[in-house]
Amino acid sequence: MDTPGTVRRWHLLDNGAQLARRGVAPVGTLLCVHGNPTWSYLWRTLLAAGSNAARPWRVVAVDQLDMGYSERSGTFRRLADRVNDLGDLSDALGLDGPVVTVGHDWGGVISLGWALAHPEQLAGVVLTNTAVHQPAGSEIPPALRLALHPVVHRWGTTTSDAFLRVTHSLAHPPLSADIREAYMAPYRGARRRAGVGNFVADIPADASHPSFPELTRIAEGLRRLKVPALMLWGPRDPIFSDRYLKDLVSRLPHADVHRFEGAGHLVAEDRDIATPVFQWLAVHGGVSGSGSPAAEATTAGDQRLNDAAEPAPGTFRPLWDSLGERGTGPAKGDIAVAEMAPDGKVSRSLSWHQLDRNIRDLASGLREAGVGSGSRVSLMVPPGVDLTVALYACLRLGAVVVVADAGLGTKGMGRALKGATADFVIGIEKALAAAAVLGWPGRRISVRDLPAARRRILGVETSLAALVGQGGSAGPGLPTNTADPAAPAAVLFTSGSTGPAKGVLYTHGQLAAMRDTVAETFGIRSGARLVAGFAPFALLGPALGAVSVTPAMDVTAPRTLTARALADAATAIDATVVFASPAALRNVLATQDGVSAAGHKALEGVELLLSAGAPVPEPLLARVQRLLPRASLHTPYGMTEALPVTDISLAQVQAADAEATAGTVAGAGNGVCVGKPVHGASLAVVPLAADGTAPGSDAVTEAGVTGEILVSAPHVKEAYDRLWLTQRESASVPGWHRTGDVGHFDAAGRLWVEGRLAHVVTAPGVVVTPVGAERAIERLDCVGLAAITGVGPAGTQAVVAVVETVPPSRKAGLASPQFAERVRGAAREAGVDVSAVLVVPAQPTDVRHNAKIDRTRLSRWASRVLAGGRPGEP
Amino acid sequence: MRVLVTGASGLLGREVARLLVRQGHAVTTFQRRPSGVDGATDFRGSVTDDAALRGAAEGAEGVIHLAAKVSFTGRAVEFDEVNVEGTRRVLRSARAAGVRDLVFVSSPSVANSGTAIVGLGAEPADPKHAHGNYSRTKAEAELLALAADGPDFRVAAVRPHIVWGPGDTQLVERVLARASRNRLPLLDAGAALIDTTYVDNAASAIVAALHRMEHVHGRPLVVSNGEPRPVGELLAGICAAGCVPAPSWAVPGGVARAAGAVVEKIWTWSGRKEEPPMTRFLAEQLSTAHWFDQRETRELLDWKPTVSLDDGLARLAVHYGSGHSPS
Repeated sequence: MDTPGTVRRWHLLDNGAQLARRGVAPVGTLLCVHGNPTWSYLWRTLLAAGSNAARPWRVVAVDQLDMGYSERSGTFRRLADRVNDLGDLSDALGLDGPVVTVGHDWGGVISLGWALAHPEQLAGVVLTNTAVHQPAGSEIPPALRLALHPVVHRWGTTTSDAFLRVTHSLAHPPLSADIREAYMAPYRGARRRAGVGNFVADIPADASHPSFPELTRIAEGLRRLKVPALMLWGPRDPIFSDRYLKDLVSRLPHADVHRFEGAGHLVAEDRDIATPVFQWLAVHGGVSGSGSPAAEATTAGDQRLNDAAEPAPGTFRPLWDSLGERGTGPAKGDIAVAEMAPDGKVSRSLSWHQLDRNIRDLASGLREAGVGSGSRVSLMVPPGVDLTVALYACLRLGAVVVVADAGLGTKGMGRALKGATADFVIGIEKALAAAAVLGWPGRRISVRDLPAARRRILGVETSLAALVGQGGSAGPGLPTNTADPAAPAAVLFTSGSTGPAKGVLYTHGQLAAMRDTVAETFGIRSGARLVAGFAPFALLGPALGAVSVTPAMDVTAPRTLTARALADAATAIDATVVFASPAALRNVLATQDGVSAAGHKALEGVELLLSAGAPVPEPLLARVQRLLPRASLHTPYGMTEALPVTDISLAQVQAADAEATAGTVAGAGNGVCVGKPVHGASLAVVPLAADGTAPGSDAVTEAGVTGEILVSAPHVKEAYDRLWLTQRESASVPGWHRTGDVGHFDAAGRLWVEGRLAHVVTAPGVVVTPVGAERAIERLDCVGLAAITGVGPAGTQAVVAVVETVPPSRKAGLASPQFAERVRGAAREAGVDVSAVLVVPAQPTDVRHNAKIDRTRLSRWASRVLAGGRPGEP
Repeated sequence: MRVLVTGASGLLGREVARLLVRQGHAVTTFQRRPSGVDGATDFRGSVTDDAALRGAAEGAEGVIHLAAKVSFTGRAVEFDEVNVEGTRRVLRSARAAGVRDLVFVSSPSVANSGTAIVGLGAEPADPKHAHGNYSRTKAEAELLALAADGPDFRVAAVRPHIVWGPGDTQLVERVLARASRNRLPLLDAGAALIDTTYVDNAASAIVAALHRMEHVHGRPLVVSNGEPRPVGELLAGICAAGCVPAPSWAVPGGVARAAGAVVEKIWTWSGRKEEPPMTRFLAEQLSTAHWFDQRETRELLDWKPTVSLDDGLARLAVHYGSGHSPS
């Protein structure tokens, strides 16, 4: 661009001199490149953190030429020029030693251009909301199209400060006035904004653009980069949305990715990115290659409570392993999966042979449609035959199934699906309509054949039925019957009762381990016949060799399972096992009058009931026992990240409670007893500190020590999906998953769960875990659900009991003095001093389980009321 | 130790003097009426009288200054004279007499501008924003007292929050009198969390301050039972102990605060002596949260309350002959 020897004046932020003055030798240099229309000010938090880090880094944040406070060159500098400019600058600065590039927006591309040109110095790349490639078949974002439009371009970017203002308005929460002012400061006056306009004009909207070859060169070059990469992303970005992140991940598949849910384009303003960047640099060193924290895991000498039988390595059998055998074996004509209709009849079923065949055919058809190893396929199909076939077909192809259930609510589901960036969506019509309206990503496949017009509106390409047909006629079957146990297989979602739902990634090996754990712990083997009223376990049915039937219910709303529907399903297959959530069981008990004599007879045949998803109160189980007189009733404890973790039966619950009351077993009591670890699992706790956190990393199992519960098992999740920071925190005790639950062991080795770590109340001198007092209060005769929460500053909180009364109170507010005294007395017996007692007509609970109380909301409400505000509703 | 206690005829002052006597100290009491404290030397006089104060302070090593004009009503000059100038005189006399330690008994209202207090420590006294003459003059006096702190004359301020007990005319008798005439409303449903101090606990904390001067001088400390309760429940507890029906009607807090402010003005202007039916101060006390972080106080004083809220209510019930615990 410039003739050799041209001198340009740059403005940059650099802590190098400061470090030198302190006599500190930095580990390396962060070379930070802003985008359009910001300047080096964007990286100020990295500068401060770089100087103060335990192992300091030099941080050089540049203002690109024609931008910020750097020289106005009077030229139109294109992408290739800017990459050269940056190289000239780094030469002039004499940057030696390892360099990690940091980029944002179009600065991301330029930083990557520098990275490719300096392989000998490059130690890593950090990217925030940027893009290197316009994914095929998609247009550039509307906001940029507008800025590029000839009518708008000059006025919008240069003549006026509109482009600056719009960019600044993308911050969530909004920027304060002084920060907005700082971003605007170097761009006062149209003459200082020429660079802003040129930057926009240099966006290669198509292949004919002069900068297109350079962009393509960088985008393709990325695939060769093997240095550690970190992507920090704000998904609320109208320009660089999740699909660009997905594209970058496909080029740098080894990258660590963290999406800050709720943050936007200016992610460096919306969230603290300095802490994660330097944590990441500490892990990756920047110099001596990439040691992953998991590789450092040592478990030598730590204590754990476990079932001795660890599964032997090398025995991996994929989830679908036995299906082929069954499909051709002697029982191939028997029913494998079935669905019930509301009238009590079987509405649909497949034999083992048909199931195997359908899975193979669909897998072939999906492969034809472009689904391959690593493709992400979102399944928006209610539990039943279609979901089972689709799930196993995807797994066989090595695709990653994304299962976002309606229990997350529409908003939560949309967030989850956008974050997981599915390549394909297989859905029922209703789900596809939502996907079309709300712009959820992925090519769309309907369950049923839809009329052409409807297909067009919903953007549906094909249907499961059509794909099965194509697959069946495709000739050669699937190439292999194996899978890489370490390859990703599924993304499930947490219920989101403690913040936005998190994607949880499982490998094939972990799914297979889940199957084996369920088989070993509960003795569910081939030949078992199960009623699947609870989705996560239900999908394991075919893998376990068990016949599964889906009862007639709205599976997204567990409360819709009636006793009659349960009995009908049990009758249809002579069920031996029932899976049902606690909320479903409540409704079953409430509707048990509707069960016929034949239905009762079928229910008498049930040998095992598993109820999971939320704590199941003992009185509820005792009533269920009368309906299922021969069944062993189990309430496994677990979480989306580890299903299941422990197991306990009704009889064991009763024994544990009796021992807690009698005080005969040390540590028994104060919480819900969830029993002992399931097959293959180990448990321990990290003790709580006085401030209500679990800061240490000592895994202990002494009776009576309360701490954050740790679990280790072959079926624990691989990672949180695109949540590098969250994953790192959850795995901070090497070899363990931190559950975020608190509890303790008793002397008999049973685990007692005391609540969520985030819900611990810190009263003066005492850390109060909620569950013990809640259970004591719930034993009062006129109480439904109780919640213990705290108001006031951490460390000196006042303990508050929020109680749902039976019958419900007319309105929410202060309890009567008499009732308050009874609640206070009950809590005192559990060792908790309660300051105030509030009553509510109904506790706010989550959609998925109808059981997890929204404590954040409750605590906010209690704080308002008890400060003297108007009660209103929680 | 020889200790002078001013204002020993009040509920709290008497309890402080008695406790010091029990601990074996030589106690001088100073107030206008007889203190009625056995074992103490009683000096009669007013804090507006320099000569009397000098006499009382003679030979004392420690002073606990409680004497104050405590009221919802009255003219500003009266509060200034007793609370501000009276404190100035006490400080002067004590210094002149060679006193080493002085505990100024203050009130959390010196730092309260009417908003809810949720688990805070002792914020600085703020006469400009304190509501009402009492709080304003106590705030000025506390600043005076703490400014006098030095290595040879150590001064600490202790702020007990809402002191009550049997025979208490400030809170208990007022609540009972109003409730028995059905003139005690619950403001905003009575859910505001309020911490209080049973008189024995307030007295032991004040005496503890005198013994722990090396840790507490030069600063204010809020003292309370550390048992916040919804105000409605607290009032119901007091009413049950006093055998009167609990308040049953509710008024929005904002209305009561506004009405209280008006009534307060009229009462002061008209010079009426009896307590007004509602004041802004009272409305604030009854409708916004007031509770405090007690961790530092307890650590510095090496003290904790010995009478719980419920024990206190039970003692109140015995006092009023209702005989049974309010629960």
